[in-house]
Amino acid sequence: MTALSERIIKVFSTTAFRLTVAAVIAFVIAAAVLAGVLFRQTNSILTEQVLATLRAEARVLRTDALGGGIATIAEKVAALSRPDGPGLYYLTDSAGVKLAGNLNRLPPELEASPQGGVFSYNTALSAGGSERGLAVAVPVDIGGGNTLIIGRDIEAQRAFADAMKRTFLTGFGLLSLLGLAGGLAVSRFTLNRLDTITATSRSIMDGDLSRRIPVQGGGGELDALAQNLNEMLDRIEGLMSGLREVSDNIAHDLKTPLNRLRNSAEAALRDPRGGEAYREGLERTIEKSDELIKTFNALLLIARLEAGPLEDSLERFDLGALVEDVAELYMPAAEEDGFELTVEAAKGVEVMANKQLIGQAIANLIDNAIKYSRVSSAGGAIRVAAGRRGGGAVISVADTGPGISAADRERVLKRFVRLEESRTKPGTGLGLSLVAAVARLHHGEIRLEDNHPGLKVDLILSERVVIQPLKGQLPGDERALLAAK
Amino acid sequence: MRVLVIEDDRETAQFLQKSLKESGHTADLAGDGETGLGLAGEGTYDVLIVDRMLPRLDGLSVIKTLRTNGNRTPVLILSALGEVDDRVKGLRAGGDDYLTKPYAYSELLARVEALGRRTVPEEQQTRYSVGDLVLDRLSHRVTRGGEHILLQPREYRLLEYLMQHAGQVVTRTMLLEHVWDYHFDPQTNVIDVHVSRLRSKIDKSFDKPLLHTVRGAGYTLRDGPV
Repeated sequence: MTALSERIIKVFSTTAFRLTVAAVIAFVIAAAVLAGVLFRQTNSILTEQVLATLRAEARVLRTDALGGGIATIAEKVAALSRPDGPGLYYLTDSAGVKLAGNLNRLPPELEASPQGGVFSYNTALSAGGSERGLAVAVPVDIGGGNTLIIGRDIEAQRAFADAMKRTFLTGFGLLSLLGLAGGLAVSRFTLNRLDTITATSRSIMDGDLSRRIPVQGGGGELDALAQNLNEMLDRIEGLMSGLREVSDNIAHDLKTPLNRLRNSAEAALRDPRGGEAYREGLERTIEKSDELIKTFNALLLIARLEAGPLEDSLERFDLGALVEDVAELYMPAAEEDGFELTVEAAKGVEVMANKQLIGQAIANLIDNAIKYSRVSSAGGAIRVAAGRRGGGAVISVADTGPGISAADRERVLKRFVRLEESRTKPGTGLGLSLVAAVARLHHGEIRLEDNHPGLKVDLILSERVVIQPLKGQLPGDERALLAAK
Repeated sequence: MRVLVIEDDRETAQFLQKSLKESGHTADLAGDGETGLGLAGEGTYDVLIVDRMLPRLDGLSVIKTLRTNGNRTPVLILSALGEVDDRVKGLRAGGDDYLTKPYAYSELLARVEALGRRTVPEEQQTRYSVGDLVLDRLSHRVTRGGEHILLQPREYRLLEYLMQHAGQVVTRTMLLEHVWDYHFDPQTNVIDVHVSRLRSKIDKSFDKPLLHTVRGAGYTLRDGPV
């Protein structure tokens, strides 16, 4: 009950309904004015018509009276004065004595107006009682001090006008009601759609992200709103499922090593050799925890980078020098593994970036190249390069290994994705995702290309982090001035 | 040496106290920042180990207050926070070294010992020697038994750092941080290859090895048994 009354109150309080009520009120006022004017006009036209007829008759009677005298007129009037006819007559002599006619006396309304007018009269009914009627009358000048009044009943015309008035009022009344009903319907419809949207958002908030607001296809504003909200929900759902995928992967890639850690501890405990086996088991346990810690650290770092810019961590440094430096760190290890590691770094590419993160990214790329491009024991060639590209800069690491098929290139950038071939190799599976996160943090991106044969990874840094070289002394070029300092 | 551990996690604190004692040091514990600041202010410690997140007064404030009061005791910051910019903040607050949890005890010990023995300012020492290995910082010359050894620039800096910390254990991460100035994980043990190249130059043609590998910890340069 309360729910229903609440709902009714809700409908009445909608904007749509309020607007409808205002429109209906305006309509009713206009209709009332119109009906009043029409009623007055009709009445006066009808009365005029009757008066015209009466004046014509009056002329005839006057001619008769002038020709035949009072007796002829009295005769004529007596003949015309039928009790149930439309005509009303009253003839008196100069003394005021009634000579003929169906009116019993001179109506008081006419005494005051010698030009004639509207008056009311009573007709005695055969069944007893009387019926009140309305009529118009004009005096006829028949001379000799006699008075003749002729009139016509206008009750029928009056009834017509009244009927017209009623019809109008009923019509307008109905129209107003229809308008109000329409307003209510529109409000209810709007309210229903909004209620659907509210209900859908409520159930989405309760956790069912797959729900969508129904679109009715009329292309109206509410449909546009529903469509926009649905698109927003699609985007959110996409992000959420991405997140879920990540946590599923985390669960898998962390649980597996955790399980191995547990297994190895358990196996050591069960080992009959005792002491020595315990030592080995504990060493393995530490080794495996270290791997887990590495994975955790990489995950946290990626999450941190994706959360937004790092404060106060930018420094100005020479990109080429850093690339050479990191490559130098890997050089002996690469040589040991049979790789030929070469570096081609352009001089003087200054950037404003996080040096440690860029270093880490370069290290990851070189490490990946060493890890995954070993075709045989012979190793291969790894080429590390850095330089300007457009307004920005690019660091690229190319190897001559098996490469990554075009179909898999997008996939390997995702967290934990390790292609089947590489599952057995050591690593967290987060190396490239970390590089991608570092690139994004520096407004750049990472691109994987075919090196014919092998893989070439480009880490692109946007022009926003690269300090632009001096291009002459352009006036107002603050960046150039800054670089000059 | 005397170490003060300011750490609110009892288990960690007691583990550190016990381990440091086994390594031949003495350790006092403080469970919150205020107590820690009070004890550290006495100035009787060689090294402070300060956790970043502490009840009452956080680790960085403890260090800042100490430094403002003129206390120069070396501080190793322990933190569970990632090391992207937290490290920078920690060092800026006056910390001397920064270690992220979880850490290996050997790593912590090596860093504590490196901090505790930093008595002579490095810049003032012009010549290091371990056994018959000599490094002259002015001429950038390295000799062993009077014989000149030619080193690459990076090998020279690696040896210089090892000699500064002669007799102490130096971890791979410490080498990466001080010789290369990198504070990230190079994934594979690239440092080992650099050390073995250096070793082949300074030890290979001599009877007595000076550069030793300490299993599970790192390296040490010393004349005598490990």
